[in-house]
Amino acid sequence: MNSVVCISQVPDTEARIKIAASGRQIDEAGIKFIVSPYDEYALEAAIRLREAKGGEVTVLSFGPDRVAQALRECLARGATKAVHVKGDLTELDSLAIAKVLAAAIREVPHDVILFGKLGVGTDNSLVGPMVAELLGYPQVNVVTHLEPGDGKVTVHREIEGAEEVIESSLPVILTAQKGLNEPRYASLKGIMAAKKIPIDTKSPADLGLSDGDLEAKVKVTTLELPPEKQGGRKIEGTDPAAAAAEILRYIKEEAKAL
Amino acid sequence: MSAVLVVCEIRDGKLKKTSREALSIGRKLAGQSGGELQAVAFGPDASSAAEEAGKLGATKLYAVSHESLKAYSTEAITSALAQTIAEANPAIVLLGGSSDGRDLAPRIAARLNAGVASDVTSLEWADGKLRARRPVYSGRAFATVEVHSSPAFATCRPNAFPAEESGGGASQVVEIAWEPVEIKARLIESRTPQTGELMISEADIIVSGGRGLKEADNFSIIRDLANALGGAVGASRATVDAGWIDHQHQVGQTGRVVGPNLYIAAGISGAIQHLAGMSSSKHIIAINKDPEAAIFRVADLGVVGDLFTILPALTEEVKKAKA
Ligand SMILES: Cc1cc2nc3c(=O)[nH]c(=O)nc-3n(C[C@H](O)[C@H](O)[C@H](O)COP(=O)(O)OP(=O)(O)OC[C@H]3O[C@@H](n4cnc5c(N)ncnc54)[C@H](O)[C@@H]3O)c2cc1C
Ligand SMILES: Nc1ncnc2c1ncn2[C@@H]1O[C@H](COP(=O)(O)O)[C@@H](O)[C@H]1O
Repeated sequence: MNSVVCISQVPDTEARIKIAASGRQIDEAGIKFIVSPYDEYALEAAIRLREAKGGEVTVLSFGPDRVAQALRECLARGATKAVHVKGDLTELDSLAIAKVLAAAIREVPHDVILFGKLGVGTDNSLVGPMVAELLGYPQVNVVTHLEPGDGKVTVHREIEGAEEVIESSLPVILTAQKGLNEPRYASLKGIMAAKKIPIDTKSPADLGLSDGDLEAKVKVTTLELPPEKQGGRKIEGTDPAAAAAEILRYIKEEAKAL
Repeated sequence: MSAVLVVCEIRDGKLKKTSREALSIGRKLAGQSGGELQAVAFGPDASSAAEEAGKLGATKLYAVSHESLKAYSTEAITSALAQTIAEANPAIVLLGGSSDGRDLAPRIAARLNAGVASDVTSLEWADGKLRARRPVYSGRAFATVEVHSSPAFATCRPNAFPAEESGGGASQVVEIAWEPVEIKARLIESRTPQTGELMISEADIIVSGGRGLKEADNFSIIRDLANALGGAVGASRATVDAGWIDHQHQVGQTGRVVGPNLYIAAGISGAIQHLAGMSSSKHIIAINKDPEAAIFRVADLGVVGDLFTILPALTEEVKKAKA
């Protein structure tokens, strides 16, 4: 069973976000980039599929030079092939990214194609299902359990207040949720082995996509920091009864929740 | 001219709250674009939404009443919605930020080569385009985006748009005759959890507990207050990882992003990943014994003190106030 895992590289979840001079992007200077946390669950799931059923695990990322580092990390953890589509994402939208990924996926063996349920940063949850549509494959989003079968997979999908059990034919697109597995760390052996695997590097043009194909439908006009929230009132040193009374007053009079 | 189509979900015979919210902002957009507000619903009871959708301002309800659409299926609903859009010709298509709405929006948009503004907290129609504001980088920044496609799609963040009735009469029902398509991902079983607890993504009030609770059993203190207030129980990741409570309750970057009217955080330090999930709540109360806790920076009312004495006292007060 061959898998492809789409990896997005994102600013560290604790990074202090600054706005670039353009006023439309973040300032990347000094920011540490990591593999988007949900993509780690996707990668782990693919490695486990390989352990159970054999096949390749191809990691795929579209982005600038720095994403090669993220791909190396994934190879060290157990991916067997890596594809880097080089390009600047700053003026692109999810659909353009999906078009590039779909074209790249067509060129590698694939039965299960995994994504994160959300790219931490864009916070969109769009790319996976868009790729599914472009390739004409079924999709299951927010997957918490994955069981490979013969020519099919059985997965659990998390929805509000319930869980669905879904069976899908292959190829299929799955987006990974926390809880799907516990991602492993890279071993020293893995890190050494990864150094020998070449990263297949190409451009969107190599995949037959023109600038026109990638014209963004969703354009960022401004990016701003959130209004600095001033901590409100703080009460200290009151006895529990008085504290409870003040909270109750707030709930009733200000939040109007009672 | 520029109609707004809202995808509606029906649950237990009623419109979901996320659909009611989408209809409400949809009505405002229709006012700005000068178009009509349309709704679409799927499944055998689709036309039953006409009354409620009408009250929220939809003049027309497209009903794709095919029996096979009773349960959600990405492939089937995408096809049915594509057909509806071809007939209704909207300039804007809105979906609620529910699990199904967020599954469907990117799929249908890719089919129509259109753009989606995802998880938006405000929307306007300006210069013939849909303009949206949305939190990015887990709420560490806000982006304003414009959608340059027709139709333009958006999913609405739950609780960001208040549901407001306009007092209209029932929508006019237009039946859409749709032919089933091949389904490759099939729903085998739907499991609802044992508990009848209110889900945090839909709650107006959330009471959340963190590691300050010390042990799993003490979540009863949080539960008691949540029950007294008619709210849902939330949790920090530390408590979920410790196995004190199920992941469904986790608020934050790797949990759920919530925006209730009232969020009460007890024994939660306020790590950036937790704040990412709750800082857009309208009213925030924090109870923490550490006066320096980061949670106080986002709290409207911060109480420095011991949750083990304050919360039970508060629960009693709430019960008295409600009696
Ligand atoms: C990639 C990533 C994603 C993450 N995603 C999430 C997420 O989605 N959600 C999330 O919550 N976290 C997330 N985290 C974890 C986050 O960084 C924190 O570790 C976590 O939120 C801490 O939980 P806590 O506040 O319950 O515990 P702590 O930080 O240990 O805080 C406990 C608090 O309780 C207070 N306290 C103790 N006793 C009492 C008492 N008797 N009365 C009152 N107060 C008391 C203490 O003063 C302290 O402030 C993530 C981390 C990473 C790296
Ligand atoms: N540039 C990219 N290259 C590879 N995968 C991506 C890229 N952008 C997004 N993805 C994948 O799509 C998922 C969802 O991203 P998003 O739609 O931006 O929230 C991510 O978790 C990744 O798996």
